[in-house]
Parts: sequence; structure tokens; C-alpha cells
Amino acid sequence: MITKLLVANRGEIAARVMRTAQALGIDTVAVYSDPDADAPFVALADEAVRLPGASPTDTYLRADLVIAAARATGADAVHPGYGFLSENAGFARDCAAAGLTFVGPTPDAIASMGSKLEAKAMMDAAGVPVLPGAFLPEGADLPTDLDFPVLVKAAFGGGGRGMRIVRRQSDLADAVEGARREAASAFGDGTVFLERYVEDPRHVEVQIVGDSHGEVVHLFERECSIQRRYQKIVEESPSPAVDATLRAELGAAAVAAGKAIGYTGAGTVEFVLDRDGSFFFLEVNTRLQVEHPVTELVTGLDLVALQLRVAEGHPLPPEVTGARIDGHAIEVRLYAEDVPAGYLPATGTLHRFAIPALPGVRVDAGVTDGSVVSPHYDPMLAKVIAHGPTRTEAARTLARALAQAGIHGVTTNRDLLVGILRDDEFLAGGTDTGYLPRHPELLTPGAPAGEQVRAVAAALAAQAQHRAEARVLPDLPSGWRNVGGPPQTVGYRSDDRTLEVAYSFRRSGLDVAVDGEPLDVALVSASPAEVVLTLDGVRRTYRIHRAAGRTFVDGPDGSSAFDDVPRFADPNAVAHAGSLLAPMPGTVVRVLAASGDTVAAGAALVVLEAMKMEHTVAAPVDGVVTELHVSAGDQVETRQVLAVVEEPS
Amino acid sequence: MAVLTSLLDPSSETFASNRKQQLEVIAQLDEQLELAVAGGGERYTQRHRDRGKLPVRERLTLLLDPDSPFLELSPLAAWGTEFTVGASVLTGIGVVSGVECVIIGHDPTVRGGAMNPYSLRKTLRALEIARLNRLPVINLVESGGADLPTQADLFVPAGRIFHELTELSSMAIPTVALVFGNSTAGGAYVPGMCDYAVLVDRAAKVFLGGPPLVKMATGETADDESLGGAEMHSRVSGLSDYFATDERDAIRLGREIVSRFHWRKLGPPPAENAAPPRYDPEEILGLLPPDPKVPFDPREVLARTVDGSEFDEYKPLYGTSLVTGWASVHGYPVGVLANHRGVLFSEEAKKASEFILLANQTDTPLIFLQNTTGYMVGTDYEQGGIIKDGAKMINAVTNSAVPHLTINMASSFGAGNYGMSGRAYDPRLMFAWPGAKLAVMGAAQLAGVMSIVGRASAQSQGKPFDEEADAARTRAIEAQIEAESHSFFISGKLYDDGIVDPRDTRTVLGLSLSAVHSNPVAGRRGYGTFRM
Repeated sequence: MITKLLVANRGEIAARVMRTAQALGIDTVAVYSDPDADAPFVALADEAVRLPGASPTDTYLRADLVIAAARATGADAVHPGYGFLSENAGFARDCAAAGLTFVGPTPDAIASMGSKLEAKAMMDAAGVPVLPGAFLPEGADLPTDLDFPVLVKAAFGGGGRGMRIVRRQSDLADAVEGARREAASAFGDGTVFLERYVEDPRHVEVQIVGDSHGEVVHLFERECSIQRRYQKIVEESPSPAVDATLRAELGAAAVAAGKAIGYTGAGTVEFVLDRDGSFFFLEVNTRLQVEHPVTELVTGLDLVALQLRVAEGHPLPPEVTGARIDGHAIEVRLYAEDVPAGYLPATGTLHRFAIPALPGVRVDAGVTDGSVVSPHYDPMLAKVIAHGPTRTEAARTLARALAQAGIHGVTTNRDLLVGILRDDEFLAGGTDTGYLPRHPELLTPGAPAGEQVRAVAAALAAQAQHRAEARVLPDLPSGWRNVGGPPQTVGYRSDDRTLEVAYSFRRSGLDVAVDGEPLDVALVSASPAEVVLTLDGVRRTYRIHRAAGRTFVDGPDGSSAFDDVPRFADPNAVAHAGSLLAPMPGTVVRVLAASGDTVAAGAALVVLEAMKMEHTVAAPVDGVVTELHVSAGDQVETRQVLAVVEEPS
Repeated sequence: MAVLTSLLDPSSETFASNRKQQLEVIAQLDEQLELAVAGGGERYTQRHRDRGKLPVRERLTLLLDPDSPFLELSPLAAWGTEFTVGASVLTGIGVVSGVECVIIGHDPTVRGGAMNPYSLRKTLRALEIARLNRLPVINLVESGGADLPTQADLFVPAGRIFHELTELSSMAIPTVALVFGNSTAGGAYVPGMCDYAVLVDRAAKVFLGGPPLVKMATGETADDESLGGAEMHSRVSGLSDYFATDERDAIRLGREIVSRFHWRKLGPPPAENAAPPRYDPEEILGLLPPDPKVPFDPREVLARTVDGSEFDEYKPLYGTSLVTGWASVHGYPVGVLANHRGVLFSEEAKKASEFILLANQTDTPLIFLQNTTGYMVGTDYEQGGIIKDGAKMINAVTNSAVPHLTINMASSFGAGNYGMSGRAYDPRLMFAWPGAKLAVMGAAQLAGVMSIVGRASAQSQGKPFDEEADAARTRAIEAQIEAESHSFFISGKLYDDGIVDPRDTRTVLGLSLSAVHSNPVAGRRGYGTFRM
């Protein structure tokens, strides 16, 4: 029996595993890198052990440190989550050697599936359909007899790292070289695998579970075809492209695959599904998948609980062997990334992270209000999953949950995800891997509809805050004047746009203009956190959150993140250039610059000696020495110009 | 606490016609205020902007705490004179870095911000308000100096500005000058006498004599910058304490300077979360009769002005032509004296005297709501000692040491103006509603008195009395007095601190009470309260 479980992972999956473990009465241990010291999963764990450093190779990939942490805390089992050490057979063996239960398949099963070529041969033999392909160890010659297009990918590891499509022989060498480099850095092995490439297929995978009594069953398929840079971003179960017959075929193939390797625990058999319904084995992921929650929601099962039961030697319970699909579940991965900039990972402080708890919505998050998104790890903030009676209902709920979420401080792919969930082709089930390339409009932000009104809401919330914080006259009408005059103005920046909101409260109501354009806005109420406005007869409530010089506005017509434009420039940025004068009479002892020199602010230019003290005259700004009037030994008078430094204009 | 019950019927015809009339009067006021806001007009404002400068009201808006209220004083100064309404200077009470300050800003779009006799009176009044209420002063300086043709009315009294500035400093009331432009000759002593001076680069010009005068006086050829630029004064003369790179930077520095006063108000703080009145202040317009001869119940005004419409009346059954009682406005406790039926009799005078003494005993500020035709005349009243009783009231008002705030709601005639703490009795702030009249007596009465006196004089001299000429003279006098009783005329002469919309009365009083509480609030001690 497992009594204390060490979770050798981070982020949302560590928290998710711990929640189930704790619900089952199992104590939990976290390991954490330095940037993760304040992460929610560390706080959730009963005990936590630091892994010094930041990079994965120094921390979460250090099998020795993880096992030492288990020993130090008296843990009797290790859950590897996904990624990191989860598909490392050596780690599984080390755990066994240390007397720790490894929550996952046997080391041999991991090893056999870790090598894609070996896995494929094994599947081929077991009657599972496979794609033609070849294994290319480090140093091996490039094959010359391939049918293009060909996919080049890391032989060990997953997640799409190092994958490349090659359409002609001449591009092969570069692709293989690049894939090797990335594979080596991510997984510690530079072996690559070449395989026939199916154009715009669907990515369909089957969840399997095996117990230590030889039973293997499948828990139906998931479709994960919508990917960016070979990373899944939308996953669902069941697949809109799979009917009952195909489901049975896929399930049978997956079970056959599992039985062929004596699979125990939860695993995933991945297939590519061609348009004609034919499917080919891709690989077996010998771990819990990121997207496992969609299976959990449609089957009502807890896969982590199941993993722990199997690890404890129990047979699969009847609710697993007799599982059925109930409704439809869709998951999206919310990433900290700048989609229009090419999915560039984004970092920063997440001042707020709040996803509305709509019925049927599940949030598996690795972050909370105030979390810092660092550049060290995968930029996934959370998985948001919705379960509904039908696919369209699940999509609708999920889209609303995301659209209404308050996500402040870090750029995310939220708009892309909402756009997909509300797109006609997606809703019609047209979700092959070519889906995103066919929809470039989802990747570029449209006109920021409602941004002006959100700026007004931001200004009125700030106004309410000013009044609430006023030390004197707090109860008087905001901005009251007995004689007219200019309105109150406040500036906001959003990307490269600047908005100036001008407003005044008149006896007749609110007068407001954005960039000089009057808006027909009536104020219903304003507090520092909430502003209710009526625009053109439509009343809307905006939630406002200010943090670190930024204002975040969430409304029914969208969200904005504004940089507050300060009323006054930072004085440090407006230092004045000009003549440098002698502060007192004295003798020049050193001249440290020459006319024409480029100098940095604070650089010593001239040293004077007066009254037995040395006085340094320094450049007031970054600039160029345009005049230099003294040399060593000169006597100077007070206020005599020594040099002139001019800022480059 | 007793809650006032309004008997006003907002659906009545009287209400509607009263309101209509008041809205017309207010529209006339707004028209005049717009003139003050326009300053030198569009052309000069644009020229000012083209020089990279901000109009004075924009400087003010940047200086004040965002969204804080501002009470502008004497906006109609110089009304009815040859000078622009507002008198080329803006004054008022506003909040800077959380501190209530008096702000005095030249309007350089009006004849270069030159000072005329009305600008001077307005400036001196603002400085007086600062001194009486212990409010720091911020000068927004950009003025070409004296309006030279009026120097005879200006030069001698203008010296008082510098006297006031340094006296404020000696009373530990800080003074700040933000110099945006010309500040020359006498004007140079504004930054000179202030505790803090901020000069704007390549804009401030602070010198006793400019290049032409220097050339004339000594033959020296000099330029503006070396005589009085910000750079020179910041680096060489040391007149400038802070070098501002531009106007906004000067305003930023001004706010920073005030934040370092570590200002503490010395009066007691207001009660928090004061309840608003139970009746809508908007309805005040419907209760004001268009004819000043028709009295109205000031309790209806109080029901729309004081916190929670709560008013505890003192001597409600005695001297009922004057309403006295206790209330609070925006959390500040006050005593209120309000004329009800215009005339002050001996009873009213004695009641007022006692009430003023009571307010002094409890250090409670007083609000005077004027609507008075003066003390009663006639044999019975003279024989009953109305002069002595009126004298008691004027004595009590004069020697009362708690802050007074006075509002002329409709009329302020005769010695009633004195007894109800008119201008000569140093109310800390005094305002009028736009329909209010103020004079020694009503225009018709005054003209009639003149006619009777004329007739008596002719009779005693045995001369014939020209009835036709008398009627014409009477009409002319009545018209002149009527015009000179008008609130705009009175305010133009700086006999009050401004005309306010009646609906803003609660706000104006709240802001004024907060300002007077910058100083300790302490009543007169020495005698007990005389039972009159």
C-alpha cells in the first residue's frame, strides 16, 4: 500500500496528482526547482524538497536527487507525471532498486516503447498497423530511398520537440542535424527517426489501462489534431471523426498494442488517422497524458487514482472494464505566449488568474494569482476542460469560460482558443492537423472592438479609487467645479496604441471622449473594481484590476490590458544636459575625456583640486563631449565652464 | 436628531415656474462664467499654446489631485468694468498632494496676465483666505506685471501681495511659486518672497528690469536668459530652488514640494460617512420665489443641504423670523442662522446673539443664510430698543471667533447685512446665489426715500416741486440701485467670494468647512453666554 507519494514533476500535473493522492489518504511530497519555490503545487504538498537550480537538467531531470528526496521524506512511491523522468526506464529501475513504487509501467515496457523503431517493429508483429519508416542513430548515413514527404523526429521523447517535415532529399541533412540537436538537448539522446508523413491527418490516440494481472482495456479515443508547432492545444473525447466501428477497431488495436508489451498502468497509444479512415500506429506514451482529463470527464473515472490502484497491485475495477462514454469533453491548453508574434513564449507576473466556475468546467492550473511565469519551463498556465452533453455544448461552455476569464499580466493564447471554439469549421468537426494553417485569421488579432469603452471603464475605476483614497473631501462630487474648465484626462497604452480618455461629471451626467471623439456613455455605477456603463442603450459591467502600473479590464465585449500613462514624466528620464561648471575655485588635476568623446552619464570628465579635496565633475547624461575648455594644471574660477556634454538628439 | 419634513410640492405649478425662473438666472450666470473661462479668447489662447504653453486652467487641472474638487473664488471679479471678467487671474481652493491649498494663477491670455486693480483685490482676497484659514499658497506665475494705465490704483496697494506672502511664511503657512513665464519687475518678488520657487527652463523670466530697461538704466546690453532665465537662477543666483525642464515638470515639482509639507490640519476632522440630505438639492430651484419680496422657509433649503436633513432648532417658538439651529454638513458640525421672514425684530436679534455665543462656547462654525430686509423700523420698535438689540447681534457677530460662512440666498439689505455676518464682518468665505440682491435698501425704497427727501427740501425752501422731473429722477435712481444691487455687480466688486448655483450649496459649504478646519476652530472665551 502506498502511504506517501513523491511527485517528480511540477506545475498543474504535480498539483493534479497530489489532489487525488490526498483524497485517497496518501501523504504527498513535492520536489521543486528554485524558480518554483513559491508555486502552488509546492504549497499543496505536505512536504517539499528543493532541487537547487533552475534548468530541468539541474532539477526535475535529476533522477538521483529525486530518489534522494524520496528517501529523505520516507516516501514509498514516485509519480513521474508527464515529461521529465516519466518515460525514463533507467529512472523507473532506480526507483525499484531504491525500494520505491514507480507509478507507471515496467521499466522494460518503457524501454521497449522508448525506442520508436523497436516499438514499431513490436507493433507490426502484434498486427497493429504501422507507418513505414527508419531509425537513424547518431553517425548513421542518410537514407536515399525515401518516399517524401518524410517526418524527422526524436527517437526518444515526445511532445513534438525536434520534429521536422522534409519534402525533398536536399533538405534531409539539415533537418536531421537540427532534430538531433534538439533531441539531444531535450531528451539526452540524439537518435532520430524517419517516417512516412501523412498529409493533414488527424491525430487520434487511445487511452489504455493495464493491471498487473494481465488485463488491458481501452478507455476510448481522444482527438488532438489541432496543434501549433507540434504541440497540442485543443483535445477532445470522443473524436468527431470516429464512429462506433472505427472506435472498436482503434480500441482493439490499442489493446493489442498494450498486451504486446505487457502494459500496466495508464498509457496512450497514438495513431495517425487518414481521411479514408485508415490509421497507423505512431507511438505509445507510457505515462499519463497531458490531455487525460477529457477521458476522465467522459468516463467519470479518475485516471490518477487508477494508476495508484494498479501500482498497488489491484486488478482493474468493473467501472473501468465496463466504462462507457457519457457526453463530450474538450480541453484547451492555455499557454503564456504571444500568438501573433509566432507563439513566442511570454513571461511576467500573473497578477490575476480567475476562470469562472461554470457548470461542467474543470481547470487544472499550475498557477494562481501572483504566480511568476518564468522562461525556464513549458509556458502552459493551465488546462481548461469543459464537459457537456454534446460537443457543441461543451465547446460553447468552454469558450465562455475562457472569454470571461480574468487573466492579467501575461499575454496568453486565450483569444486564439476562444476563436477556435467558436469557429464554424471547428464546430463542424473539421479538426485535422491542417486546421490551424487553414485559419490564419484566428492567429492575428482583429480590431480591438470595445477597447475605447474599456479605456473609459478603466478611467472611471481609477477615478473611483482616487475618490476612495482622498484624504480630504472624500464625499464631495468627483472632480467638482463651480466654474467650467478642462476635463479630467488619463492616458492608456495598449500595444502600440495610445488612448486618451477625457471625462467630466456634469449636472446633466457624464461627458466622456476618447481621443477627442465623444462617446454616448452613461455611468450607472463606478467603484475601483467594477464599472457599469450604458453605451448606445446597452448596459455592460466591466471588472477592473490595477497592478504594477497596468490596468486590466474584463468586459462582456472582451478584455484589455492597458499600461497607465503617467501624468508626469519620470524625472530621472528628463535630466538636463548642458554646461558643466566648476563648483568652486581650484586647480584642474586631471582631464579624463577629450572633445568628441562619447560618454555615459556619471562618467568622470574633469577632476579639480580645491581646499585639499578632489572634486569630480561628471557627465550628467549619456552624450558627446562637444566642448572641453580646460587642461591639467589650469586654475579655474567658480562657475567657469569646464566642458559641455550634449545629448544626441 | 430631528429630521426636517419638507412641505414642498415638486409637482405644483409654483414649483415649476420658480424653477424655470431660477434656471434662467443660472443660465445668465453660466454665460458670465464662460467669459471668465474664455480668458483672452480663442486667438490669444491659441497663440499661448503655439508657444508650447498650457492655459492656466490646464496648469491647474494638472496641479490638483486627479478627480478632486476645486472651489474657484471670485470668478466674476471685474464684472461690469472695462476689464475682462475674472480679472486675468484665477484663484481658488483645491487639493494638491492631499493638502488643501489656495491657488493663484495668472491668466496670460488676458493682456499677458497683467494685473489691474480688480486682479489685485482678487489676489489679496485669496491671500487673506489663505492666512485666515491656514492654507498653503501655490502661485502659477506668468504675468506681464502691472496694467500701467491703472498704476495709480495699483502700485501702492500691490505692495501688500509681498507683505502677505512673507507674513504667511512667518505663520508657518508655506508658499510656492511655479514660474511659467514673465515674472518681472514687481512680479519678480513673487518667486522672491515665496518659500519655494520653481522656474521653467527657457520660459521663466524673473528680473527687476528687462533688456530694454537695463539698456536705458546702465547702458548694459543683456539678454532675457542671463538676466532672469531658469538656468541662471537655478545655477547662479539661487533664486530658483528647482529647475523644471518644462511646464509639466514644474507642476510635478510643485506637487512634490507640497507632499513634503507633511501637512496636518489643526481643526477637528469631520464625522465619516455623513448621510446625504433626504431631499434632492435640485429642488431648491423650485422653492425660490422669483420676487425677492416673497419670503420662503429656509428649513426647505436646509432639508436639501445638511447631513441627513437633520436639524435641531434652537428657540423655534421665539423670534420666528429668524431660524437658528444645529446641523452638520459633510460631517462638520455647524450652527445655522437663516432669515425666514426677512425682517429682524428685537427678539430675532437677541435670539441670534445668544445662539452665536453658544456656538462660540462649543467651538462650532456658523453658517449665515441671508434673506433679510434689515432691522425693523417704526416708533414701537425704536422705543423698544431695536438699535440696542441690533447692536447686540452685531457685537456678537463681530466678536465671534468661530469660522463664519455666509450665503446671500435672496436679499441682504441694510444693517441686516452686518448682523448676518456680511462682508465687513469677515466671514471666512462668503457666497451669493445668482438671484440675490445686496444694497443699503431696496431700489424702490431708496428711490422713494430720495423723492420724499427732495419734496420735503423743496417745501422747506418754499420752492416749487417739479413732479415730472421727480418721477424721472426716481425711475433713474431705482434703475441704478437695482443694477448695483445685482449679484454680478456685487461679486464683480469682490464684495463676496463668488456666485454659486443654489444646487451646489451643500458642496460649496462642505469644501469651505473643510478648508476652515485647516486652522484650529476655537470660539471666543471670557464671558458666559448672556441671556438676552
